[in-house]
Amino acid sequence: MHELPVTEGILKIVLQHAPAESVSKIVRIFLEVGELSDLEDEWIQHYFDYLSKGTRAEKAELVIQRIPIMFQCDQCANRFEIKREALQDLQCPECGSTECKFVSGKGYYIKNMEVV
Amino acid sequence: MEEIRLIEVKEEIQADNKAKAEALRDRLAAHKTFLLNLMSSPGAGKTTLILRTIEALRNDLQMSVIEADIDSMVDAEKIAATGITAVQLRTGGFCHLDASMVEKGLEGLDLASLDLVIIENVGNLVCPAEFDTGAIKNAMILSVPEGDDKPLKYPLMFTVCDVLLINKIDYLGLSDFNVEAVRERARRLNPRIKIFEVSAKTGQGIAGWTQWLKGQVDEFRSG
Repeated sequence: MHELPVTEGILKIVLQHAPAESVSKIVRIFLEVGELSDLEDEWIQHYFDYLSKGTRAEKAELVIQRIPIMFQCDQCANRFEIKREALQDLQCPECGSTECKFVSGKGYYIKNMEVV
Repeated sequence: MEEIRLIEVKEEIQADNKAKAEALRDRLAAHKTFLLNLMSSPGAGKTTLILRTIEALRNDLQMSVIEADIDSMVDAEKIAATGITAVQLRTGGFCHLDASMVEKGLEGLDLASLDLVIIENVGNLVCPAEFDTGAIKNAMILSVPEGDDKPLKYPLMFTVCDVLLINKIDYLGLSDFNVEAVRERARRLNPRIKIFEVSAKTGQGIAGWTQWLKGQVDEFRSG
């Protein structure tokens, strides 16, 4: 359900970055979404299609790229990537420590967009 | 045919909410009011835990509760029956609270006279983890009947919380819930997470939790 506020955020931001004087239409929007953030790609496009009706972003395609989950080891400071499915066995691949803190891999970013 | 151009955006979609959450934390610091965000699945025992917390700390701290519910007043009425002010926020279908909704809930309260405000977030382990509410600390409840696999299914929630309350430990005898496995799974995701085993129903383990919370509030207020 949090896809709805996230989608509202996307629409607001892309319209701010696409002034009506220079942009007639937003064609494609490139998003980065953290692997740890739950998001249904299909739903976010449905919400966007609905919310963007009548705006310069109508019919824009959302292209979602997943950003890997990164942790950092407290013991040896090694930063490493980990797959969501592997989180249950989370440990530093260098020194084997299980004291690792979350660094990145959540949240939603707009990278850029194609416009005409 | 018009030429397609690329425009750099480079913006975080939740930047607005994050800025509001930071502004709220500044305001709370100025008033020395500690805000705790309590999250869990529906039925994990948020309201019962809050009632126990009120009972334990009401003589030491001035408290209020913000109740978020999709569309009911049941929880706020239970809190209000204790004589503690409860603000009901109807989220109107939204599955989580964000900083502006919490801001709205705080409008009805006199922050200057309050030491602790507890937010009872909407019951679910997914959406509330994604939105900064402006709280000083985040707590979650995992109750025994839900099963010990939840850290594997909802890892984000466990990484954003400062505290995990394993509730309904009075049910342990009836279940194959493995407390040690949950501790291990939660600590792997978040080595700093503080873990308490409690039964909000019987009161078992509640003192450890409320003493910790009181310590956090005192530290925040003297800082």
